[in-house]
Amino acid sequence: MIERMPDRGGPQQPLLIARGLTKHFPLSKSLMRRREVVQAVDNIDFSVMKGETLGIVGESGCGKSTASRLIMQLIEPTSGEVIFDGESIGRSGLSLKKYRRQVQMVFQDSYSSLNPRLTIEESISYAPMVHGVPKSKAISRTHELLEAVGLAPSQYARRYPHELSGGQRQRINIARALALHPRLIVLDEPVSALDKSVEAQVLNLLIDLKKQFDLTYIFISHDLNVVEHVADRVLVMYLGKIAEIGPVDSLFSDPAHPYTQALLDSRPSMDPSRRRTEPPLFGDPPNPINPPSGCRFRTRCRKAWGLCAEQPPPFHQIKPNHSASCHAVALEAERVSE
Amino acid sequence: MKNIAHSPMGLPEPIIVTPAHVADGYWRGVLGRLMQDRLTVLSCGILLIMLIVIVFAPVFAPYSPTDGSIARRLRPVGTPGHLLGTDELGRDMLSRMIYGGRFSWFIGITPVALALLIGGSLGIVAGFFGGTTNMVIMRVTDVFYAFPSVLLAVAISGALGAGLGNTILSLTIVFIPPIIRVAESVTTGVRNLDYIEAARASGASASSLVRIQVLPNVLGPIFVYATGLVSISMIIASGLSFLGLGVTPPNAEWGLMLNTLRSAIYSQPLIASLPGLCIFVTSICFNLASDGLRTAMDVRA
Repeated sequence: MIERMPDRGGPQQPLLIARGLTKHFPLSKSLMRRREVVQAVDNIDFSVMKGETLGIVGESGCGKSTASRLIMQLIEPTSGEVIFDGESIGRSGLSLKKYRRQVQMVFQDSYSSLNPRLTIEESISYAPMVHGVPKSKAISRTHELLEAVGLAPSQYARRYPHELSGGQRQRINIARALALHPRLIVLDEPVSALDKSVEAQVLNLLIDLKKQFDLTYIFISHDLNVVEHVADRVLVMYLGKIAEIGPVDSLFSDPAHPYTQALLDSRPSMDPSRRRTEPPLFGDPPNPINPPSGCRFRTRCRKAWGLCAEQPPPFHQIKPNHSASCHAVALEAERVSE
Repeated sequence: MKNIAHSPMGLPEPIIVTPAHVADGYWRGVLGRLMQDRLTVLSCGILLIMLIVIVFAPVFAPYSPTDGSIARRLRPVGTPGHLLGTDELGRDMLSRMIYGGRFSWFIGITPVALALLIGGSLGIVAGFFGGTTNMVIMRVTDVFYAFPSVLLAVAISGALGAGLGNTILSLTIVFIPPIIRVAESVTTGVRNLDYIEAARASGASASSLVRIQVLPNVLGPIFVYATGLVSISMIIASGLSFLGLGVTPPNAEWGLMLNTLRSAIYSQPLIASLPGLCIFVTSICFNLASDGLRTAMDVRA
């Protein structure tokens, strides 16, 4: 039977560190033109502490899903590395197979992430069997997991994905992710495709499972309310870069980066007096093939000035653990300290 | 972390669904839809009867297919003792048709089955691994694709000489490229789906991914396509026999019979066209069955 891999570095050691993670997708292969790339994820650094939930938010196309696939090692990074519990992944450190026992993923589309020709039981027991668990044990583990996600094994184990509802399928996907006793689960928009009522059920399930199995989550979503509800820390991405990172309370109550402010303003308000008529953000995100020079957000930023076009903004720490990548924020902080 | 409304158990209430029922598999559903398609059932019925007759040829055939007497040559259809008449050497047509079916079916199905095995594996490998592997396999396939299939079959058979083995070999070579194409395109479509990613994220090896995750999803379309090739295979095989490149006399084979009887086309047109009719009916039935199978398998959820 597969056991959970032991903790190595103690509680202070980040479970996962992404260092300079970069993914550029080559675009044209024409001989005449310069080889163009889409800078999906560009040099991002962050760490995930043990037991926390790190939320990653951003617009469509900002590189959230690419980041998740980079973390999962499903695609090769152009540069940079992922360090898991103090060990780098690859030839010298942690083997990919061992890494994959500890890090699992739940995909957004609950239907396409289940093999339509396999029963629920076969889908969930696949991973343990890959890691050498005998079939009978893998099946009994599958039944335990089905119980844990709130589906009766006697009713669901032998069914096919198309016989289940979206919420039920997402529960199956969560059960599958748990099958290897992972320590970290990457949740890539796990509730975006679900109805609101089902969404709440699945979110609560995720929160309960986190306690029950002592998990760490990376929770990717474009829904700010969901992230506020589940995350301990939030990372805001814009066009392949990190705009702001900080604890959920601090970031939601006091956003520093103009982009985070605009994102939070774009949430519909329940209070009629706070409803706004003009959009908080103008224009569309620029093309990631040719991102703007300097700060990538400057083309849509109300606070942008000359410096923003010249050099990329450094990370500026506003509060402990809360920092933003913005010239305006850095300038303001300087003024205050003077 | 905060928590919204919660059941006392600590877990959300399981969603109550319809009472447990026996999971009906995908293939059972396909069979059910297939049985409702009358045309497909009819074609399959005809093919089944043909199969039984040719498998038990000695039981059904009144005479030996090679025994004949010049005195009884080219008797018309309905002659007492010879239900379908006799051919140009006085051999019983019915017996020859039954025994000929054995060869025709054999050289119709065997090349497709072999090509399915070889082309299917190559195509799945090309589709699954992509990149350079795909390039090499697909470009070589393109070279074979450049020739018209009949011409390629005639050329290979001509170079190797007449005979059953060579006919099957040449037809197999003809059918490998199109099956590779179909297998490659279906596999490429499946390869990047989330469930393959999820399986890959579990640390599975490539061979396990192909066997358990990819194969069940691509086998259907490839198999349907191959079924459709059986009729073409029979026609080309008959064509090769007609040209004297396939089955050698005195063995009976529908294409070969068509060839030898062509001199009797004016005196006994019905007898001369009987083998052609057999080829026609068989290939139409295979085509219709393959179409029906495709429709039955297309239905999602």
